[in-house]
Amino acid sequence: MAAEQLKIVKNGLWGNNVALVQLLGLCPLLAVSGTFINGLGLGLATMLTLVASNASVSIIRHWVRPEVRIPIFVLIIASIVTTIELAMNAFFHELFLILGIFIPLIVTNCSIIARAESFASKNNVFDSVLDGFMMGMGFLLVLVTLGTLREVIGAGTLFANAHLMFGEGARSMLLTLGDDYPGFLLAVLPPGAFIGLGLLIAIKNHIDRRSVSSQAVIVTETPSETPAT
Amino acid sequence: MSIHKQVLTTASLLMIFAIIGSGIVGLTYEGTYEKIKRNEQLVLLRKLNTILSPSEYDNDLLADQIELDEDSLLGTTGPSKAYLAYRNSKPVAIVLSPVAPNGYSGPINMLVGVYHDGTIAGVRVVKHRETPGLGDAVESQRSDWILGFDKKSLENPTPKKWKVKRDGGEFDQFTGATITPRAVVKAVHSALLYFQQYRKELFKETQDGSGTVKNS
Repeated sequence: MAAEQLKIVKNGLWGNNVALVQLLGLCPLLAVSGTFINGLGLGLATMLTLVASNASVSIIRHWVRPEVRIPIFVLIIASIVTTIELAMNAFFHELFLILGIFIPLIVTNCSIIARAESFASKNNVFDSVLDGFMMGMGFLLVLVTLGTLREVIGAGTLFANAHLMFGEGARSMLLTLGDDYPGFLLAVLPPGAFIGLGLLIAIKNHIDRRSVSSQAVIVTETPSETPAT
Repeated sequence: MSIHKQVLTTASLLMIFAIIGSGIVGLTYEGTYEKIKRNEQLVLLRKLNTILSPSEYDNDLLADQIELDEDSLLGTTGPSKAYLAYRNSKPVAIVLSPVAPNGYSGPINMLVGVYHDGTIAGVRVVKHRETPGLGDAVESQRSDWILGFDKKSLENPTPKKWKVKRDGGEFDQFTGATITPRAVVKAVHSALLYFQQYRKELFKETQDGSGTVKNS
């Protein structure tokens, strides 16, 4: 049992990471990773969606007839995302304004329906929730890492706009690389996102290759045929 | 199980989930509607208050808003909002929401506050898609450039100087970006012309109740 769960954790965070291995959900990943806080906001929303959708899909897995399972999954995911969108609009309004269209677009993040179909519909509720949480966490960590890199290199700041999420007290969290940091426009613009993600994937592959000799090769699932959104 | 029965069960299953799904969304919508509405107004009011400080007026800006018809001077292609500020029932200022149609990448939505005497209370960019790091210096969070419009009017600077420096005017452009400031300067100037032309109608309008200003 425990080994099974450990595998889920490892898969979500590293071996089958949504962003670095499955390369799913790249549209929000690349667009919203401009700053640490944006990345964290979208990461949390995606993680919450994954956990909730995996849980609901797993609960109903015995009742859903196979012919209509995909429409039902889509219904569930759409309801969850709309609920999260409304809640963010109500409670984190300014962050919602920044993330804008990418909150409703979580619906189209293939990783969510991929997990519902390939994992939650076949496993018990506990494992499904764990899987959703870990997959979401893996996605969130990549978003946050990319956000940190792009914010530090591009604008010379870290934790800008933290007050949108943690309240007014968090304004003091802002770190700057000194006022005369010239900024590096490329990192802020879309190419910076692509280059940054490419580097992260390269680093991951490099680490994997170096550890090949010491342990069995982690067979990474090939990305599913669904095109990344 | 006959084929009909099977189709029926499947369909009702789908229907049940659709009902549950929309029920959840509907409940959340009901529960958050008020708060979202309040948030939006708060954000708007906060933006308006960066142009007009709350001590300068004593009415409810959001209640005294009027709808203006489309006008080429405002750069609008549909109705746009304007907010009227009063103090002791005397008109103080109006905040127009003009659009600069010719930004570097699409229109730039702005708020332009004009005092009753025709001087600018403040200008803010509300929405734009200008290049990050170059054109986005029109945002007040990124640079003080936009504050350069404060206290300007149609006579100050003279009409010929209502341009960016590169075009022989008075306003700075940014390194690497001339089109954005040029568009903003032009839109602010047009908004002032609009104000000059319709000043009487604009302020009269809400004193006898709000309504649409007909001026096309």
